[in-house]
Amino acid sequence: MDISRREFLKKIAGLSAILFGSKTAFELLAPGELEAQYLPKPEALKAKRWAMVVDMGKMDEETINKCIEACHRIHNVPDFAEENPRHIVKWIWTEPYENAFPGLEQEHIAKRLKDKLFIVMCNQCDNPACVRVCPTKATFQREDGIVMMDMHRCIGCRFCMAACPFGSRNFNWRDPRPFIKERNPEYPTREKGVVEKCNFCAERLAKGLMPACVEVSNGGLIFGDLADKNSQVRKALREHYTIRRKPYLGTDPQVYYIVDTLL
Amino acid sequence: MYDAGKTIVGLIILFAFVTFPFFYNAGRAAKVPEPKIDTPAIKKLPEIERKCVESTPYMRQNHMKLLDDWRDWVVRKANRDYTGFTGKKYTVSLQNTCLECHSNYDKFCDECHTYMGIKPYCWSCHVEKPKEWAKELKEEK
Repeated sequence: MDISRREFLKKIAGLSAILFGSKTAFELLAPGELEAQYLPKPEALKAKRWAMVVDMGKMDEETINKCIEACHRIHNVPDFAEENPRHIVKWIWTEPYENAFPGLEQEHIAKRLKDKLFIVMCNQCDNPACVRVCPTKATFQREDGIVMMDMHRCIGCRFCMAACPFGSRNFNWRDPRPFIKERNPEYPTREKGVVEKCNFCAERLAKGLMPACVEVSNGGLIFGDLADKNSQVRKALREHYTIRRKPYLGTDPQVYYIVDTLL
Repeated sequence: MYDAGKTIVGLIILFAFVTFPFFYNAGRAAKVPEPKIDTPAIKKLPEIERKCVESTPYMRQNHMKLLDDWRDWVVRKANRDYTGFTGKKYTVSLQNTCLECHSNYDKFCDECHTYMGIKPYCWSCHVEKPKEWAKELKEEK
């Protein structure tokens, strides 16, 4: 049989394309070892979109302080208040009504709103400005909506702090370790030069636990899946009048405040 | 060659200067690192279970890559269960899993890192001795 050189090369090229292509396709599509090696814990809490509802009627000053204390203790948040107030690092804190809800404030307003301290934290926005500006993807949004930080990638540029309209992010101007009052050896600390914020207790959700603040809030903080219409958060949102912080900025905050129980 | 005398003397001085560290340290071998695995947590395990998440040669070569992978899976995907080479499951955590067995950070991690002149910055955030950290706090109280 005569076969020209040109013909031969064409056939070989075709054959190797088929063989190589199918091998690659098989490797790509076959369930890999890698995916099976890392799995979520079976007890982990899962949701499509985590959200929090704050029932301000139940959040008296004592409960709020308990929440702040629990969060800061568990996450090794340093206390810079005495060292330099401008260095303060906080994951969860309080603001008066007019600072928490600018745009909704007015000169004459119900006294119970005006006098109340509101508990505030990272709003875990659905359209987070901090994620957009982060040049290293140290701040990113997980599939379940949590706006997380990978401290290993943070270069301390503080763009996220400028972008966040809620002041939820703080920079470690110095080594935080000497300023950690109560230590939790199970959670890492941060180092000088990184930004930090509330992470909706992602490390606790992974172990099947509710966020630390929710646990000590006596029902004042409601946490759950916003995508599930039978969840506690959806029930609370259905039954009460709720407001959010600076919704007009378009970041779509996912921490809601019940105010009708306060009046 | 112009100025042969000066050039050659200069070259000899340069050679002596450059090779000085070799002559200076000749015959004095640095101590070969011997990372210790005799911690209480490891001693408690029966002989047959004294295995890391991956085989010893793999861990020796690749522990830093494994830790990098662990970090990405935990932070990005929240997958915190790792199946080791023996089929045993581990919680993915440097601070709470690795250091649970290897609680002798200075005799295990530092032993080789110091020898190689490597200064990993794991420990500026992760607590290198979680148990002692907790103990220190108790004493302060």
